[in-house]
Amino acid sequence: MRFLAATATSIFLCYLAGLVLPWWSIAICTFLVSLIFHQRPRLSFLAGFLAVFLLWTSLALWIDTQNHSILSRRIAGILPLDGNPLLLILTTGFIGGTIGGLAASIRRGPAMNEV
Amino acid sequence: MSLVDRNSVTSLMLRSILATIVTIGLIVLLDQSWGSIPPLGRFLSPQHGIWQNAEAVTFDHGGTEQLKGLRGSVEIIFDDRLVPHVFASNDEDLIFAQGYLHARYRLFQMDLQTRAAAGEVSEFAGERAVRFDRQQRRLGMVFAAEAAVREIERDSVALLLFNAYTRGVNAYIENLAPEHWPLEYKLLNIQPKSWSNLRTALLLKMMAKMLASDNNQDIAYTNLVGRLLPQELRLLYPEVHDSLVPIVPKGTTFPKPTVVPVRPAAADHARIGHSDIMSFSEIDQANENTGSNNWVVAGSRTKSGYPILCNDPHLELTLPSIWYEMQLSTPANSVYGATLPGSPFVIIGFNDAVAWGVTNSQRDVRDHYDIRFRDARRNEYWYDGRWEKTRIKVERIAVRGADDVIDTVAYTVFGPVMIDHTFTDSASLAKAVAVRWTAHDPSNEGMTFYRLNHARSYGDYLEAIKTFECPGQNFVFASHSGDIALWQQGKFPARWEGQGMSIMPGNDNTYAWQGYIPQEENPHVVNPERGFIESANQRPTDATYPYFIPGNYITSRAVAIERFLASMQNITTADMMKLQQDVTNVTAEDARPLLLTHVDEQRLDPAAKRYVQMFRMWNLQATPWSLGQTIYDRWWDSLQVALLDDELGLTQRRAPWPKEQSILEILLRDTTLSFIDNTNTPQRESLTDIVTLALNRASRSLADNERNKELTWSTWKNVTVYHLLRNAVPALARSGLAVGGDGNMINAVSHSHGPSWRMIVQMSNPVEAYGIYPGGQSGNPGSRFYDNTIDAWARGSYNRLNLMKQSEARKASRTWVLHLRGDV
Repeated sequence: MRFLAATATSIFLCYLAGLVLPWWSIAICTFLVSLIFHQRPRLSFLAGFLAVFLLWTSLALWIDTQNHSILSRRIAGILPLDGNPLLLILTTGFIGGTIGGLAASIRRGPAMNEV
Repeated sequence: MSLVDRNSVTSLMLRSILATIVTIGLIVLLDQSWGSIPPLGRFLSPQHGIWQNAEAVTFDHGGTEQLKGLRGSVEIIFDDRLVPHVFASNDEDLIFAQGYLHARYRLFQMDLQTRAAAGEVSEFAGERAVRFDRQQRRLGMVFAAEAAVREIERDSVALLLFNAYTRGVNAYIENLAPEHWPLEYKLLNIQPKSWSNLRTALLLKMMAKMLASDNNQDIAYTNLVGRLLPQELRLLYPEVHDSLVPIVPKGTTFPKPTVVPVRPAAADHARIGHSDIMSFSEIDQANENTGSNNWVVAGSRTKSGYPILCNDPHLELTLPSIWYEMQLSTPANSVYGATLPGSPFVIIGFNDAVAWGVTNSQRDVRDHYDIRFRDARRNEYWYDGRWEKTRIKVERIAVRGADDVIDTVAYTVFGPVMIDHTFTDSASLAKAVAVRWTAHDPSNEGMTFYRLNHARSYGDYLEAIKTFECPGQNFVFASHSGDIALWQQGKFPARWEGQGMSIMPGNDNTYAWQGYIPQEENPHVVNPERGFIESANQRPTDATYPYFIPGNYITSRAVAIERFLASMQNITTADMMKLQQDVTNVTAEDARPLLLTHVDEQRLDPAAKRYVQMFRMWNLQATPWSLGQTIYDRWWDSLQVALLDDELGLTQRRAPWPKEQSILEILLRDTTLSFIDNTNTPQRESLTDIVTLALNRASRSLADNERNKELTWSTWKNVTVYHLLRNAVPALARSGLAVGGDGNMINAVSHSHGPSWRMIVQMSNPVEAYGIYPGGQSGNPGSRFYDNTIDAWARGSYNRLNLMKQSEARKASRTWVLHLRGDV
């Protein structure tokens, strides 16, 4: 329950922050969420990763569908991704997810239920 | 707290600190470029990076914008190809809107090209671009643009319009959030720079450099002067080709020249570079494939009875294209055509009274002088028997990832010293060479286009082009009232015979330009009896023109155009489309009998025997699937090397190679000349020996091509439209286009050069016009308008160009309407 709440809140916060703040605001958001929804580091990482991964891949996928993959094919040709739009979307999610997850796992300490 | 607890708290803190460092470290890593890898975090963020450039295919280009610096309001109606039809109440707002639209659709290209012109590439490309930047500055590109800005500022109308253009560009840039910067900024990790009149001037100087640089290749030619006898030079680099069909028909009598330059008494002996090959190779060699066609036929030859004007400028084909199509209208005037992002006005186009187009004159307007500095500081140089002061310009070049580079450029009475001991290929030779170039002289080329946009008659056209100085252009003209004309217009030095062919002594003014050819004496044709005029980068006149006019002329396309036009009657716009697509190889027409007469089939390899058969059967059309054209092309190249490598090899290949046409004509005249013999072998070769050897050599590479299925002409030349960043982003290019032709044919499509804009205008009422360029109206690789016209261009299709009234445009447009409103 706590995991799902953390993930959902992160998705929401990261999206809002992204409208006005730089791209790395995802790190601030997942970190803040990890302070509120306190979990074991591994779970916290996973929630942060999943939140940004889901947010970024679904945004990218939405944009890509509207764009008929005109741009993603070209960018995936510039980056070593074989011109494959899906790989570019997954790479996007993975990079965002990694930052989100790492930031969410910064706070170390006994989990609330262990205190 | 127990000891265990304290230990575990310390360990947790350490882990927290570690996780923080890793997180921040990774963010920093992903927020900056690594070599050519963009800052991946920012680059891929869906709300900040490239995904923001992925334009929905249903994107609405319309809307309303409040803009600072606009007086009234402007209505922009886009058609289904995203061509804007701009309606403003006055010229100032009109040009503001043009600047705004150029920036909206082509910001990166304008920014890149002017940075390149100014020598500011290292600022984002790093140390590898320093030599390029130094070269631009040493050529005086900014010096030239500054002179142009001073001219703009002296003319109140020009200043008003150039200012409006600059404000329009900046109005777009200022309202642009970083996530909406064009893709290339994100790729290179740089920021847009604000616009200025200087940058507009720089863009026009870049065109001057591309079209009117060292058309004579003086420095490379200097290397030849020491190696070949004068008669050999005249033979290999003739002034006038036998096959020349000049712009001004042969037999025209020219009036006596009013400027007669005096040849210095010592000119024959005062050659530089007799004894040593210059250590530097030619800088910025003009590309052989940069050229253009234009022609006009009078009503007497057309079906409609109205003149038809055609133009196709051959430039490097790029994405985004160098051209942006627009209609620019005020209640007083309405004009349509190809515009140049970075510059106001329509450059090639038409209104309802007149049409005009341009080809390059290919004339040499840049000369080089040998300078003797007093010492390495370059503060003084020897001139008129004493040490004259130079003007020193210190250039500071910002370099990404390294310290600024400081470069010192000395300016002499001739111009900037481009080459000196700090800027050569080899430090061993301390030669200093100053540049005299008409592009450095104060002039305002932009206003010629403003006046052409408003022209109503031949008189207006002539008034408009008179002040155009550099690059020299062939302005073709047609009017609704039936006039046709072509002036070769520019500021051209009046040279004595041989002046400026190689580097000249710069110790005094003996070798300086003594004057200019008066504008009225420039080559021109007005309403000729025969009912047509054409230009295709050939020499403008035959040998009877009373001035010495060296240049990098191209002969064969004019031969073809002239032949077709002379035989045509009742011409329609469809006939003209066919002619623009023509791929007849007229050079091969003359070369084939020569090759077939002299090839000794007994001595050919089996593969070569097959190729000679295919070549014999060829219909002389360089279609995309032609095999004969590929064989001809390889064979001829191989022949040139076999013929001349022994002579020109001495110059370490730093000499300009003679033109295909020159060699062909020499051989057509005399097949026993001494240079045919390969001087590196003991025996004496005949033309038959060399022609046979050349095919045997070529057939080896042809056989390789055949095995790789690359023998057809279009697969061999692999027509490619590169992105402006060339090989850094092959994924943004379009290659493998099935297009025939070559640089020396009417449809002049070579590997990466060709007709960058094809236009056909019939001056009826209403005007019937067609045009196309390879690319698309949007410079954004994430837009469906990025490359949407390439396939149609390759097929040889055209779009109808509609010069519309505001009410018509409103009715016709089912697409987008953009309103710009002044923000007072």
